[in-house]
Amino acid sequence: MADSLICCRGLSKAYGQRMALQGVDLDLGRGRIVGLLGPNGSGKTTLIKILCGLLRPTQGVVTVDGQAPGPYTKSIVSYLPDRMYFAAWMKATDLFDLFADFYEDFDRQKAMDMCRSLGVDPGDQIKTMSKGTKEKVQLVLVMARKAQLYLLDEPIAGVDPAARDFIMNTILTNYNEAGTVLISTHLISDIERVLDEVVFLQSGRVILHNSVDNIREQEGKSVDALFREMFRAMPMEGGRF
Amino acid sequence: MEWKLTDDRPIWMQLSEQMARRIVAGQYPPGSKLPPVRELAADAGVNPNTMQRALAQLESDGLAVSNRTAGRAVTEDAAAIESVRRTMARRITKEFLSAIADLGYTREDALALLKEEEDTHG
Repeated sequence: MADSLICCRGLSKAYGQRMALQGVDLDLGRGRIVGLLGPNGSGKTTLIKILCGLLRPTQGVVTVDGQAPGPYTKSIVSYLPDRMYFAAWMKATDLFDLFADFYEDFDRQKAMDMCRSLGVDPGDQIKTMSKGTKEKVQLVLVMARKAQLYLLDEPIAGVDPAARDFIMNTILTNYNEAGTVLISTHLISDIERVLDEVVFLQSGRVILHNSVDNIREQEGKSVDALFREMFRAMPMEGGRF
Repeated sequence: MEWKLTDDRPIWMQLSEQMARRIVAGQYPPGSKLPPVRELAADAGVNPNTMQRALAQLESDGLAVSNRTAGRAVTEDAAAIESVRRTMARRITKEFLSAIADLGYTREDALALLKEEEDTHG
């Protein structure tokens, strides 16, 4: 696919003996919202970390907008890590300064507006914030960039269900329309409606890549139901464990 | 009106049906402008691409027309809207008759029940 934003070919990653990714071939287009789904330990975070250049693949090729992960791709990729990495003494506004300094596409005004609508006081220190509020600040930092690729690793895991809807709405209304959003999660039913397509990972392999509407049409059930079915049935049939 | 989305069918189809219902019910009158895709998508909590597909279906069903400069509008063809409305009404009537038949009532019983309901609540 010539216009794909993400292209992986034979991508593998080993941690010592353990294979986190095994021969992943994946193409993702532009302007899509994609769910990266899989049980714990299936390789979701590893794939995201390779895409944003934090990890190097053991084998295979990966390109983002036609280039290997590096300084250029970092300028167009906005990454939400699965854990917090900010100093506790900082205020949200300090973080905005930092991001404005590092990323040309960071929109400070947008960050302030998003804080207001999420009910976060940007003058508060990180250490005084609840877990959910910290997650919101992280999300604001990531979504206030006009990036081409947003990599969101478990963006809704720590917040209550009502805030989840609000956060999904924030993602929907704030992503750059020409940009692609890749969201890893196992809370599928909460985000199914906003996804264009889903990628199922299992034991480091892509076992399904299709649009949400195709899955519903072909299977007559939701992606969440299909996920539960696939990952419940598998250990029984092979007897590999 | 709230959006109701179920798990068993493609989301765009459900959105398209519910938009069609809003049009035939006059919530969006003939010739009126439809809200932008992004606004409708945010309201329903769905992906804009999905809403886009739902609205494209409305166009091929003849309920909406797309204007390059002014966005999308409800068709001015009142006959087209009426025809869709009639189809929906027929389907609801058929569903009622078949559900009533499942309970073991005859057509006459069904009509009598309708009349009775009409007299007490209408």
